[in-house]
Formats: sequence, C-alpha cells, structure tokens
Amino acid sequence: MLIKQLSVFIENKQGRLEDVTQVLKDHNINIASFSLADTSAYGMLRMIVSDPEEGKRILKEEGFSARLTDVIAVKIPQMPGTLHEVLKVLSDSEISIEYMYTLATAGRDTSIIMKASDLDKALMVLKKHKYGLCTAKEAYEINNLNCK
Amino acid sequence: MIWNETKECMSRDEILNMQSARLRKTVRRVYHNVEFYRKKMQQLDLEPGDIKGIEDLNKLPFTTKQDLRDNYPFGLFAVPQSEVVRVHASSGTTGKATVVGYTRRDIEIWQECVTRVLAMAGIGANDKIQVAYGYGLFTGGLGLHYGAENLGATVIPMSTGNTKRLIAMMEDFGVTAIACTPSYLLHIAETLEDEGKLDKINLKVAICGAEPWTENMRKEIENKLNIKAYDIYGLSEILGPGVAADCDAHSGLHVYEDHFIPEIINPDTLEPCKEGEVGELVFTTLTKEALPLFRYRTKDLTSITYEPCECGRTIARISRFKGRSDDMLIIRGVNVFPSQVEAALLEMGETSPHYVLIVDRINNLDVLEIQVEVEERFFSDEIRNLENLTKKIAHTLQTALGLAVKVTLVEPKTIARSEGKSKRVIDKRILI
Repeated sequence: MLIKQLSVFIENKQGRLEDVTQVLKDHNINIASFSLADTSAYGMLRMIVSDPEEGKRILKEEGFSARLTDVIAVKIPQMPGTLHEVLKVLSDSEISIEYMYTLATAGRDTSIIMKASDLDKALMVLKKHKYGLCTAKEAYEINNLNCK
Repeated sequence: MIWNETKECMSRDEILNMQSARLRKTVRRVYHNVEFYRKKMQQLDLEPGDIKGIEDLNKLPFTTKQDLRDNYPFGLFAVPQSEVVRVHASSGTTGKATVVGYTRRDIEIWQECVTRVLAMAGIGANDKIQVAYGYGLFTGGLGLHYGAENLGATVIPMSTGNTKRLIAMMEDFGVTAIACTPSYLLHIAETLEDEGKLDKINLKVAICGAEPWTENMRKEIENKLNIKAYDIYGLSEILGPGVAADCDAHSGLHVYEDHFIPEIINPDTLEPCKEGEVGELVFTTLTKEALPLFRYRTKDLTSITYEPCECGRTIARISRFKGRSDDMLIIRGVNVFPSQVEAALLEMGETSPHYVLIVDRINNLDVLEIQVEVEERFFSDEIRNLENLTKKIAHTLQTALGLAVKVTLVEPKTIARSEGKSKRVIDKRILI
C-alpha cells in the first residue's frame, strides 16, 4: 500500500518549474496530484505521477535532483470532521505527519497523500481503524480518465 | 608630517648601504639560529659570508607560507622563547595557524612603522583615533593601537562588531581619526547617513587596510564623509600593518626600506621584474629579531618604483595591489582559501564536493555565500532535513574559516565544470 512519490528539488529560478513539467509532458507522464513547498532559496515539488520510476529516470537524465519517496494515500469520506478523525487516530498512536496534500476529491471519498514519521506503523493503525487505502496503481491513475 | 626624516628621505645610495649592512648581519644571525634556513643555505652551498650586500639578495632562498606552517608553531623563530614578548596568529588552511612572534625590539619597530604611517596621514597628538580593527590574534587592532599611542594620539580601542556604539562615541568624543577596513568604513558612512548624523561628526582622516580596495572606493569614502583616506598595507609574517602606506600624493605605498627589502618577481619564473613591471611582491626583513624571513613570497601582485615622491620621501613605492598570484580571498579582512572550504566540506562527508564561493559586497560589507550542489545521496524531500543540512554546513564552515557564511543548496550540475580546474570562486566585488 506504499505509493512512490516523485520529489524534485527546484531552485528558485524563473522557468525552472516549467522545465520539470516540460520533461514530464514530453514523455507523456501524467501528474495526478502535486504539492509545492517553498523556501526562500529553493522549492520541493512532490508529485504523484502515472509512472514514477520513468519520471525519476527522465528527470535525472535532464539534470534534476529527483528521487522517489514512499508515501501513503488514505481515503476519507467527504463529510465534516473526517480529516480530523484520521489525524487523531494517527496522533493517538504517536505518529506524526511530515507533510500531506490532497490526491483526489472526485467521488464520495477524498484521498489524502501522507508522509508519516513511521509509514509501516501508520499503515497498520489505519487498517485497524478500517480506513481505505489507495493501491499504488490506483493512486497513479486516479485522476487520469484517459489513462491507457 | 614626516615622522622620521632621516630614515624616510635617505638618498638611494644611503638606503642601499644601510640595507646591505643590515642584510649581512641578518643572514649571519639567521644562519646560526634558524635550522630551517641553515639547511636551505647549505643545500644551496651558501655561507653567510657569500652575502656581501643587497646585490647578493637573489642568492638567498625564498620563504613561503607553507614553510611557516611546516615549522608550526615556533620553528622559524631566531631567538630563545624568553626574548619573545608576543605572538600573533592567522587562521590556517588545514587547522594549523600561521604563528608569528615579536621581541620587545620588534614591537618597538612595529610601532615606529605604524607611527610613520599615521604621521604621514597628518594624524598627531591632538587627534582622537578609533581603532576599529579586530583586537586579538589578528595584527590589525594591536598594531594600530601601539603605533597611535606611540604617536601620542588618544586611542579609543573599539575593535569590531558594534557599529552603533562606535558611532555614538565618534559623535560624543569628537573623534577625528579612524583605522578600519575600507568596506567597514563605507558601512559606517551609510549608517551615519541613515541616522542623519553625517554633519554631527568631527572625523578628518581614515587609515584603511587589511583588504584590497580601489582608488574609486577611496574617493567614495572621502566624499561621503568629507575626510581624507589613506591606504595601509602589511602582513603578519613580515610585521603586521605598517609595512607600507600611501601619502597625500596617493601615488603608491611607501615601503619602509630601512626595515624591509621589497622585491618584485615573476611568480612563474621567479626572476626579478623590471622597475614598474607587475609581479609578485617579496619581502626580506632587515631588523626583525624573533621572526626574520628571507624573500618571503606575499603572493600579492604589484609593481615598484624607486623614483622619489613629491611628498619628499625617497623610499620605494609599491602600486595599488593588482590581485593575488594564488587563490586567496580577503573577506572582511579574513584570509580565505577555497581549499579550506573543500577540506571542511569533505570532512563533513554530507555534501557533494561541488561547491562555488560567491563573494559579494552588499551595503559595503563583504558577504560570502557558498553554493553546494544537492547530491542524490544527501537529498531528502523533507524541507526540515535540507534546512538542517544547510545549517550544519554553515556551522562547519564558520568554524573552519572564522567567518559567517551563507549556504545555498543548488541543483546538481548547476555549478560550472570547466576543463581541468573548476571555477570555485566568483568574486562579484568590483574593485576597479
């Protein structure tokens, strides 16, 4: 249930983000979801893409610092309070969240990408509490209606 | 005024005769007291008697900074430790400092030289001078301090680091002279301007040195503060500040030839340059007791003239410095070798060896930035980890260099690789 997230280190330079999307476009890789964290000197682009291994390979080929990071995608119902509940479950088990962002909001559930301090423990706790988790394939294609 | 007219205005013949006599004496003393030089001379089949005068100077071996490091700490001293009354030290590239020593007589000569510099700039007993060089192991603070006291001026030993207090005292005490780095003085001028205090101070003259600066910077300082600014040169290995300085004519820095013999050599062939030709400045000390040095290679590039100056002094003048024959950078008066950065980074073992030093002058203060490539091995997608890495690098480098450093992580391969030698330094400071 671990998902490969493609992370890219980007200097704060005009056009650098576009360079990344250009490479992915040229290789027909779909970006299902992303988050961009920024500091004064650089940014960290984290993406769920249709083919993370290939994405990493081509970005590195183009000279980017790219790596794959394991994350999880948990499904929560689209109702008030559900995000709070899942966070409480994790927090009660002394698991902290390094970062998170939305993967998909279509359908009845929202899927959330999470990087937890202890991924195995997080998976176990979430399963125990009957939370649905995206498989890797599901996550990579979740927002791609035309995916082959 | 000319502080020591006998020594500063001798005829060329008198200078050469005095230098020859002092050189013979120095060579004899060094040969018998410093094993390093005795061995070097023996290898060259040289005996003290072979050096009959200044015409034989080029028979003597060169000395480099590495020789001082190899003989750390006191190996080149020519007197027993009981005669050494002070040591100074500068940071070293591999953790070992360059240590220099002084006898009581050396300190007296040093203060005499600095006094000549201050008098040449028109400073006298009625002046109040703030010495705003660092006090401590660095020769700047104490060197200027002793010279100014010897002159009879009122010395305010500010040291560095508290501009607000310096300005408050400058105003309250009616300070008339200051000794500091030129970039720091420009910073002081801007602070005075911001606080609307430019017309509240009584400053008349500045003695600036310890870093390279240009004629344009001198004019900027003079115009901004409505003062006169003079250039002072020195290096701890030879003396400290006070080896040379410029006069009102600002047409080169007068070298105190009764204490030091300057030579200009081609740094590649080591052959002497013609008068006026740019090359590496080399010094031989004539009166130093604790640490006499033969033909010390300063790595500073300049030219020399023996034409008497319009100020009346006849001693040789060296031109404004044209750069270095090695890769040493002078940042806020601190000597930095790129190899120090490399050694520190490699020792940390957490970054790529690909780095570039960027030196810039922002608000007239030198700023050192080090860009380090983020290598896959050390790359985390958590900002916190990257920030910790940045802090760790900054701390390591600050400890190694003795200088605050801004660390920036950059993408791999962004630092230009050139053929053979990679470009490690980008100096954006405009000194022309």
